Amino acid sequence: MEPFTRVTAVGLPIDLLNVDTDRVIPARFLRKDRNVPDYARYLFHDVRFDAAGAERPEFILNQTPYRAARIVVAAENFGCGSSREAAVWVLAANGFRSVIAQSLGDIFHQNCFKNGLLPVILPAEAVAGLRRQLHERPGATLTVDLETQTVTAPDGAQHRFEVDAFRKEMLLTGRDEIGLTLGFESKIVEFEARHAREMAWTVPPRPGT
Amino acid sequence: MSAPRTMFEKIWTRHVVAEGPGGHALLYIDRHLLHEGTTAAFGRLARSGRRVRRPDLSFATADHYLLTSPGTPTSDAETRGMVEALGRYTADQGILYFDVGDPRRGIVHIIGPEQGLTVPGITLVCGDSHTATHGAFGALAFGIGSSEVEHVLATQTLWQKKPQTMRISVEGRLAQGVNAKDVILAIIAKIGAGGGVRHAIEYAGSTIRGMSMDERMTVCNMSIEAGARAGMIAPDETTFAYIQGRPLAPAGEAWPKALAHWKALPSEPGAVFDREVQLAASEIAPTVTWGTSPQDALPITARVPDPAAITDPGRRESMTRALAYMGLNPGMPLSDVMVNRVFIGSCTNSRLDDLRAAARVAKGRRVVVPAWVVPGSGLIKRAAEAEGLDRVFLDAGFEWREAGCSMCVGMNGETAAAGERVASTSNRNFEGRQGKGARTHLMSPAMAAAAAVTGKLTDVRTLGA
Repeated sequence: MEPFTRVTAVGLPIDLLNVDTDRVIPARFLRKDRNVPDYARYLFHDVRFDAAGAERPEFILNQTPYRAARIVVAAENFGCGSSREAAVWVLAANGFRSVIAQSLGDIFHQNCFKNGLLPVILPAEAVAGLRRQLHERPGATLTVDLETQTVTAPDGAQHRFEVDAFRKEMLLTGRDEIGLTLGFESKIVEFEARHAREMAWTVPPRPGT
Repeated sequence: MSAPRTMFEKIWTRHVVAEGPGGHALLYIDRHLLHEGTTAAFGRLARSGRRVRRPDLSFATADHYLLTSPGTPTSDAETRGMVEALGRYTADQGILYFDVGDPRRGIVHIIGPEQGLTVPGITLVCGDSHTATHGAFGALAFGIGSSEVEHVLATQTLWQKKPQTMRISVEGRLAQGVNAKDVILAIIAKIGAGGGVRHAIEYAGSTIRGMSMDERMTVCNMSIEAGARAGMIAPDETTFAYIQGRPLAPAGEAWPKALAHWKALPSEPGAVFDREVQLAASEIAPTVTWGTSPQDALPITARVPDPAAITDPGRRESMTRALAYMGLNPGMPLSDVMVNRVFIGSCTNSRLDDLRAAARVAKGRRVVVPAWVVPGSGLIKRAAEAEGLDRVFLDAGFEWREAGCSMCVGMNGETAAAGERVASTSNRNFEGRQGKGARTHLMSPAMAAAAAVTGKLTDVRTLGA
């Protein structure tokens, strides 16, 4: 996984509430391998392109200053709905490294961490302020710094955010989580032995036995 | 004396393998349910040279990508490849797989409970956001992403941050024509699509206790539509009676031990939840959605809302956009909205209780728009046929189909056309969810059957049902 330390990039303001992961990547693309050449085009596909596949100029990602965006600044409950990790993969395929919002869908939030994207939760007024600045100055940049846990707005204002110590460490180092957990093998074995003693009924009978 | 504990707290504590920093815990997973949409995780696991740690706790079925028309399981080579890959992976790893052609095959959240795999007190995960369905049994069940699926396959554990708790209490008797789907839509409308973010919900109160397991599963199923990864209901005699004798449920000497554990699970009197929400059953009417978020729900007797009445600019803009997508004008009575087709199915509403409720409305009437009934599993299909429900639907002009996710997911080729308006018992009315440009109105099976026979959104109570 690509580590995350500090990113300075153009911000993409998305004002719509409750942007679901079906909108981020429509279901019919979920069968596609993320290495197919056109994968990046699936991001916001049905609102970004018309029926003929041409860009809809009114969609913000199709407007020149925002094409370079690598940080999403969203509204309430961005990434709600389906658990599809492809919603994060397709953001990453377009170069996005961070999503800032007042709240995020729980599964999307978790999926971000697994793919080197930093989810940042800030108070509603702070996020609205960031979006306003990004609308007023298209192409304006902001900085997301994981080490100092700060977002620096285009106007220079700094917003501190909380991040779990566990997730922070994993992102800073880009560590493989499965590899980490396999280091807990003796703990898992110990747990399984106790679980088998105390709650043996949790293991289903094999069919036919 | 220790403080009274919630059911969530009890289950969580019993599954902590190790504590990590920042409130994270390595949680042990008792059940891992798999479907053909999660085969990418198997591929990554294989490429990294790792094997499935506990194949005996992993169970698979095919549901998302299958067609539900008889005789043709998949629409193309790509999806056929995914289903076949699942068959190969599960055979190679020794995982029980309910394959195409097996009557036990069906929607993953339907067959877990049906087979007795879903029981109280366990942790259960699946690479699907509607996994909270299983919480209806008093399990801690939640949806996970593809990386987490791979993590569970390899380690049988997950790193999780402990969520906050929310209790939603619904008290009183539901009126005639009002059921579990109306209850959960009313809950989501009340707390909002993001209201349960970072919370595990416990549904409680006399209304919930009075529900069958099928109804409780409908409620828990849509927890994610309120933002919560997990939703749960305390197990009771209704739960135990449902489980006993199911093929993969605890049996023999395991049964009394399981039962003793399960009876000690409910939240204790005085247990403190981070948030409490109350609803009165008497205030809940047959409900439909008008917009593109499940929170956009209103009684069928209401009118399409007016964005001009909304002061918050973000909310006003979202509502305006939703109404434009849905092709609805503010002030229009919801019961005047014409529909083009009807879908009765999905992990929310394809169980036997749901089919019975729809059949009661359909009986002796004729559909006026194309209408599908898609049972949740092969076994539900058989059981419904044994009761003659298939005849009721067929005589009324419904299509009676094979088990699968069908028109709920928009990924298997079974979709509505752009601009088509669907009365649907599924769980999401998102833009494009049922096909690019398709317009979805969520409602209960009885209400969907009513729409099928009238061609418009209809208060099922006016049909005497």
